Order: sequence, then structure tokens, then C-alpha cells
Amino acid sequence: MKIPVSLRIAFAALAMAFITVVAAADTRGRADALPGDSIYRLDLALVDQDGHGLMLGDRRGGPVLIAMFYTSCPYMCPLIVETAKRAERSLDEAARARLRVVLVSFDSARDTPPALKAAATERHVDLARWTLTRTDAAGVRRLAAALDVQYRALPDGGFNHSGVLTLLDAEGRIVARTDKLGDVDPEFLAAVRKATSTPH
Amino acid sequence: MKPLLCLGFFSAAFSAPAFAADYASLPGGTFASVLPADTNNADVKLAPFRLRREPVTNAEFLAFVKTHPDWRRDRVARVFAEPRYLAQWGAADILGADAKPDQPVTQVSWFAAQAFCASEGARLPTWNEWEFAAAADATRADARSDPAWRAAILNWYAQPSSQPLANIGGAANFHGVRDLHGLVWEWVDDFNALLIASDSRDQNDPDRLKFCGAGALNLRDRDNYAVLMRIAMLSSLKAANTTANLGFRCARDGIGEGP
Repeated sequence: MKIPVSLRIAFAALAMAFITVVAAADTRGRADALPGDSIYRLDLALVDQDGHGLMLGDRRGGPVLIAMFYTSCPYMCPLIVETAKRAERSLDEAARARLRVVLVSFDSARDTPPALKAAATERHVDLARWTLTRTDAAGVRRLAAALDVQYRALPDGGFNHSGVLTLLDAEGRIVARTDKLGDVDPEFLAAVRKATSTPH
Repeated sequence: MKPLLCLGFFSAAFSAPAFAADYASLPGGTFASVLPADTNNADVKLAPFRLRREPVTNAEFLAFVKTHPDWRRDRVARVFAEPRYLAQWGAADILGADAKPDQPVTQVSWFAAQAFCASEGARLPTWNEWEFAAAADATRADARSDPAWRAAILNWYAQPSSQPLANIGGAANFHGVRDLHGLVWEWVDDFNALLIASDSRDQNDPDRLKFCGAGALNLRDRDNYAVLMRIAMLSSLKAANTTANLGFRCARDGIGEGP
């Protein structure tokens, strides 16, 4: 087994997630038919860049590219956005129209809808297909857990995090995942092409 | 799907526990975590908190499953728990011969542990809270620099894991908390925030960049294998994973009524 010469680690502020339980009655009716391995079973409540509430599961019905980011991130998050845009651009128009992109912020404290909106404008993403969202700290922790994303709050309000793009199928199941950013991982791109090749 | 557990932000402090589990009050304060809080190896600051004196047992988890049937092993959604979830039980609602009531429950996923704690108005402890509690021995709040403390833990790690788990109820530590070492590994809320990895930026290859932010740091106190092994184990897990030696206990904010 190869072990790195030094185990290194990113540092953290203490980010206390206050966890409790609330009953969230499922009102969408179709949830019984969700597969057991669907991320949409998280029943994750989001708020988008326009201040509208939505459930992550509202994206059910077509393929979704999902990633976690935060708007004040100086380096990697623009790279995540750019990688997703490159994946989109590599699709033909019909396929592109079938794909939705959902970004969920790590930064529950600062990424308000106006901040998300400003980031969407700055990054020139098409809000017809993209949704930039926030949730609460507990929701961030659960989504990151489900997507196998590691992150850690920093004392300055930023985050250390792994950069991951995940492709969900129409039922919210993970079908592909990449941590290769910049040029899109060819295998991941092939999965995106396949998922968007036919209408759902 | 039935009404599902999900997480809110504000109501933890106000919700009454479903039943009275026994929690110890810990003072918090500044603490020299092996994961420093910033680039200057700063101590972490911990608010006072309460921690279950013992890990959650099979009997307690069975009671939870009976009142929260979405968490039965034959009904749980696969996204929340892998197929080995509660596999040591005799049936979905029976402990059976191989799972004693007072043994710590194991083969539970992070999502399941989180749901259990929420059901008693609690949450999983953070890594730093767990580390703070586990730094104690019987007489000292922080025994970590004592070679005997480290040796005892490493000796436990070296035991073969094929033995049946003991019951909960080991000796209480300085804080009145039991079984933090020597019985099972335990989930923490931020298991996916420990970020053990080689710093891939050393490879000077931006395509392999793994972590955003101010920079990866060396672990402090890197000869403390007893603690670092636990971080390495937690970092290797995914939230739906379960293992035969991985259980949990719950925590709460604040001081409570005292020990």
C-alpha cells in the first residue's frame, strides 16, 4: 500500500451543526416510487438564486449535474462551475436542453439568494438550466455525506472542500462522479452524453 | 414515503427527549485538537456540551426501530444504509442470539445514527467534542501526553476484532463518560470534515487539485497514533457504511442539569 510521506490535513473552525428532527410530510405523492438509492430521498429543502423554495427532488424526471460550492470561493469553485459548463458545451443542443445543473452552497451563513444571483451573473450561467441554491448547515452536512463530498469550515468563513461533480439519473441515483476538474474527465463526459441522449 | 426525518436548525434546544438517556455535562473550553483550528496550530474553542455517558445499545436501537419503522433493516432506503445495516440482528425487529441488549449497537450508518439521536432531541457529537471527551482518563481531563494512555488505546486497536463485543458499562472517565476507548469506534457528525488526504497540490497538477481553501496543514501531534488512527478510520467511511465495530453515542448543546 502506498502511503503519502506526510498525511496532511486542512484546518477548521468549529462548525457546529445544530441537528434536530422535524417531520417533513411528503406532499409530492410520487415519493413512494423513488428508488431506495435515490439522493432525492434526503428530502433536501433548498432556496434558489431568486429566493424561491424548492426541494432537491423537484429535479426528478431528467438527468442532473450536481455539485457543491460557495460563492466567495476564490479558486476551486470557479473551476467546478467551469467544468460543468464545459460538460454542457460538449453536448449537442437537444442533449444540453435535457440536462439540469444544480449547485448547492456550503456557505449557509453568507450565500443568500442575492449572492447566488450575483455569482450566476458573474459566471455567465444560463438560469434556464442552472439553479444555484442554499440550504441550512444540517442540510449541507447531509447532502455532502450523500455525495461523498468532504468539507470543513474555516475560521475566515470560507471552506476547505473536495471538488466533485456528480451526475444523477432521472430518479436521483448517482450514475457517475468525477473529481477531475478543468478538462472534463472523458469517462464522466461519456456518462453525461449517455444520460442526455434520449428524452426521459 | 412516510414523513421522513430531516434536519432543522433551530428547534434542537426546545424539543423534549423521547426518553431519558443519561448525559454527562462537559465544560468545553479551549482544546488542543490534533486537527488544529488554523494555520497557527490554534486550539479549538468548544462550547459546553453534554454527551451520552454510554454508547447506544442494541436494546435502545431496537426501541427506536420499532417506533421509526423506516429504519428497519428491511425497509431502510439504500441511500441511507448499506445492505449490512443491522445484519447481526436476528430479524428486522428482533435482536436474536448474536446481538445482546446491552452490547453497543453496531452495523449502523451515519444517517441511522443521526436519526436515532434526533429522536431523543440530540445530535451526533462533533469530532472535537468526541476528541475532548476521549482525551480524559479516570483522573485527568487530558491524559493524552501520558504514554500509558496511548499504549492502552493502541493495545485495544491491536486486539482481533473477531471477539464478541463486550456490554457497555466500562469504567467512567474524568467526565463520567464510559466506553470511549476499548469497545467500539463511534460516528461523529462531521466525519466527512476531517479531510485526511495527501495534499495533491504538492504534485503541481491542477487537474488533481482536491481541496479548495487556505491550504492543507500538517496534523499537529502526529505521533499521537491513538487519535490519528481514529481520524483515518472515520475519514475512510461513507455515510451509508456500517461496520461490525462502529457504533455511536449522541450529544446535546449546553450544560444541562449537571452530571
